[in-house]
Amino acid sequence: MGHDTQVQAKTKAQFEYERHHNAVHMRKQVINFAIMIFLTFLAFAVVVADFSAYFIKPFILLLAAVQVVLQLYSFMHMDDKKGHHIGVIQTFVWFGAVIAFTFFLTFLTIIWW
Amino acid sequence: MEETKFTPQTWPDKPEQATPEAKNKFVGIWIFICSDITLFASVFATYLSLKDKGPAGMEFSAAELFELPLAFVMTMLLLTSSLTSVYAMYHMKNYNFKGVQIWMTITVLLGLGFLALEIYEFYHYVHIGFGYTQSAFSSAFFTLVGTHGLHVVVGLVWIVCLIVRNAKRGLNLYNAPKYYAASIFWHFIDVVWVFIFTVVYLMGVLG
Repeated sequence: MGHDTQVQAKTKAQFEYERHHNAVHMRKQVINFAIMIFLTFLAFAVVVADFSAYFIKPFILLLAAVQVVLQLYSFMHMDDKKGHHIGVIQTFVWFGAVIAFTFFLTFLTIIWW
Repeated sequence: MEETKFTPQTWPDKPEQATPEAKNKFVGIWIFICSDITLFASVFATYLSLKDKGPAGMEFSAAELFELPLAFVMTMLLLTSSLTSVYAMYHMKNYNFKGVQIWMTITVLLGLGFLALEIYEFYHYVHIGFGYTQSAFSSAFFTLVGTHGLHVVVGLVWIVCLIVRNAKRGLNLYNAPKYYAASIFWHFIDVVWVFIFTVVYLMGVLG
């Protein structure tokens, strides 16, 4: 019951179009992966290169943020506008991030040793 | 529907969201991930506020403890395993069950490599006297990275169960959403690790 769906055979053109679409999508994913690897290299490289910590810290945090957005929107398909309840999911994730930020703020300003 | 045999021509475009059950699983895994975000936020915040803190005269500090080459290799293993599970989902959309199983197995192997390095790292720290109860710093560190490690273990057990249980079933609309949910969870593990290698290891080495 819960697993029911309408089974429809695709026409040959439809089928080939979907195949092609999937392949193009996969190529984009590989490009995103290459970007993520590059960002990781960059983050480790600036730390090893020993620039000023005042420059490195915000810079690698920015790289991490970019990489996480790439993961969420490409690998985890949050960019898929036809995803079920995707708007709700996006709202949830970003509110989760806001709550996470308040955790950092309170812990770092209230606790001292 | 579980018994329905599909062909590549009748396989839906979005097998992970084709049935009511699948739609529930899709939203369910995301709600779980949102709650997991707050879990990791609290252990991250705890780690940041207790970093390098401990009893007077403590000889351990993040700047001297962490080694970048190990963290780099672990990052590469986990990042690559994220891509291999994307490949598994690509084959799922094309109704290629063998491809799903092979790429999921590669994901598991890469995850195991990551886990082995993490166990080695923890063993090394405990060996030099940096145990869980050594200081506020050590407790916060092991809780944060250990919680992530636990997620890796759960993810590996989950994916191995899927591979073994469905080995003879083939792909259908009952198990396709299960593979999809596991892959979303696996990506989330990688998302958390991005912050761990940046905040704990890279910023730790900076002091």
